[in-house]
Amino acid sequence: MSDILLSVVDLKKYFPVRRGLLGRVAGYVKAVDGLSFTIREGETLGLVGESGCGKTTAGRTILRLLEPTAGRIELAGRDVAACRGRQLRRLRRDMQIVFQDPFGSLNPRMTVRSIIEEGLIIHRLGGRRERRARVDEVLHQVGLEPGCRDRYPHEFSGGQRQRIGVARALVLRPRFMVLDEPLSALDVSIQSQIINLLVELREKFSLAYLFISHDLSVVEYVSDRVAVMYLGELVEMAPSAELYARPLHPYTKVLMASIPLLDPTTRKRVPGRKRIVLEGDVPSPLHPPPGCRFHPRCPLAMEVCRRQSPAALDLSGHWVRCHAVAQERGLGD
Amino acid sequence: MPEPLLIIDRLCTYFDTDEGVVRAVDDVSLAVPRGKTLGLVGESGCGKSVTALSIIRLVAPPGRIAAGRVVLQGNGRPLVLTDLAEPEMRKIRGGSVAMIFQEPMTSLNPVFTVGSQIAEAVRIHQGVGRAEARRRAVEMLRTVKIPEPALRARDYPHQFSGGMRQRAMIAMALSSHPKLLVADEPTTALDVTIQAQILDLLRQLQAESGMSILFITHDLGVVAEMADEVAVMYAAKVVEHAAVGPLLAGPLHPYTHLLFKSRPGPGRSKGGRLDTIRGMVPSPLRLPAGCKFHPRCPFRQPRCEAEEPALWQIQPGHWVRCHFAGELTFE
Repeated sequence: MSDILLSVVDLKKYFPVRRGLLGRVAGYVKAVDGLSFTIREGETLGLVGESGCGKTTAGRTILRLLEPTAGRIELAGRDVAACRGRQLRRLRRDMQIVFQDPFGSLNPRMTVRSIIEEGLIIHRLGGRRERRARVDEVLHQVGLEPGCRDRYPHEFSGGQRQRIGVARALVLRPRFMVLDEPLSALDVSIQSQIINLLVELREKFSLAYLFISHDLSVVEYVSDRVAVMYLGELVEMAPSAELYARPLHPYTKVLMASIPLLDPTTRKRVPGRKRIVLEGDVPSPLHPPPGCRFHPRCPLAMEVCRRQSPAALDLSGHWVRCHAVAQERGLGD
Repeated sequence: MPEPLLIIDRLCTYFDTDEGVVRAVDDVSLAVPRGKTLGLVGESGCGKSVTALSIIRLVAPPGRIAAGRVVLQGNGRPLVLTDLAEPEMRKIRGGSVAMIFQEPMTSLNPVFTVGSQIAEAVRIHQGVGRAEARRRAVEMLRTVKIPEPALRARDYPHQFSGGMRQRAMIAMALSSHPKLLVADEPTTALDVTIQAQILDLLRQLQAESGMSILFITHDLGVVAEMADEVAVMYAAKVVEHAAVGPLLAGPLHPYTHLLFKSRPGPGRSKGGRLDTIRGMVPSPLRLPAGCKFHPRCPFRQPRCEAEEPALWQIQPGHWVRCHFAGELTFE
């Protein structure tokens, strides 16, 4: 379990904001601003945060679907950020993505077989007959009948389409997959089917996942470790059980307290799970607040939080960025 | 028990399509208690939104209310909404019955300021002058906790964040002091922290005004937090209806039970698989015979395939549409 498959160091992705007739760059949206983490072979890292926090951009930048502004990305010892042309294409076989919207992400004019087969053709893998056999094999692996290979996406329900999306990602035998909100377009009873499928495939092929979601209950269930993102930065990262039992960052605490629970009485039983309702909205990433980016909404904000961005603390595997937590443990500056 | 505020009595709403008649709502009877919240839960296509639209008679053709009655029991004589003439109904809509929807951006007009849209609603329903309507609009924005309401009233909807737009919608809905608020997935498009704000706001406003809420959602956690009573819909019918406590503690319909079990939650064991409901929701054009849930039900018996169960009262206040309710053991 100790083999590091993916390592991301200080990853940045800025989008220029252009204004006026000449398209002068008026500023940058710092969608991802200095992200660092690792994912081991077969490990699932959950990435949570509210809309606009940069989690989807992070996933796409790691796969080079977006060009990183700065930072290092290494997959199995190879430098993803520096790869070009044929090398990059070779690398793409190892890293795939499943998108949120199973309706928009499948070409309505292509049959299921051609959607899944396309990756094999692009990467020149196998002859016609081998490709067909491989398509039938992955269809079976994602729980679809081989008979559906000649049908079109619109003939399938949301859950089945998401299975097609997973099959498309799986066909190249990747080692790492970005799952970008793969459940949020699905009904509750279908979500659990897809969760089980993803867990099963992970065990069978020792896949590593970056599981991006805003649904904290699902992330807890699926992930080995969870990272919490706020306005382009990671604020906390810890093993899943540890994070949900002992969240340290005030933002993580608020997120946890905001999950509507099936059993309202458990809220009272879990220590520290009293209702905290956060004031205000997420600030614009175009003008992030100085110092700690969470300070304008933080119930614990101090003078130092307004001035200085907190340093990362590693409390034996539980990683957090917060002045208040640092001070409480006598690690403050 | 006091009289409920709204009674839905054997409502049937059908859509005439080229492929046949779609029974979107089929023989649904519900009552919304006074000053309380009835949660209506179900997956997409189960008929929960059409039920809401039928109450305020906004079902667009080819949909039509084929049978049944909706009765609003205000303080005066009961009003049969399904029999009212359209001009009368227009006074009710946005008056004693107000509605908020999932996507606040599409419900607000992008070319008018937020304040003027709320003021317009106030003028129509309360017959006050422009200046007074304006003042009340700002007051409503303050009530829903929009900071600097006088200033923000002059903003256009696109200048508001998602959470603020939903607050503005709530302000507009509540400006006429409705007796019933129909809230159709009002927090589905919002982030969890913003959702928590909106749910808190709705609870607080309900406590202050004593209005009833019909809260429609697919999110079982939200229903657990908001509702006093819960009705679960599946394939156009109510399959279970009870007070929120008993329903969460001991659901009696296999569908409700499996719906709860298929959600990962805190403390749920990670090792095993999640329980799932096999198959998928049937097409409304090809509903199975007998119990509509039987093809997906792990407890089905031959009787379920042949005979549709009635919604029957198994315990006081707990209604279930299942032949074997109470006899099944869910582990």
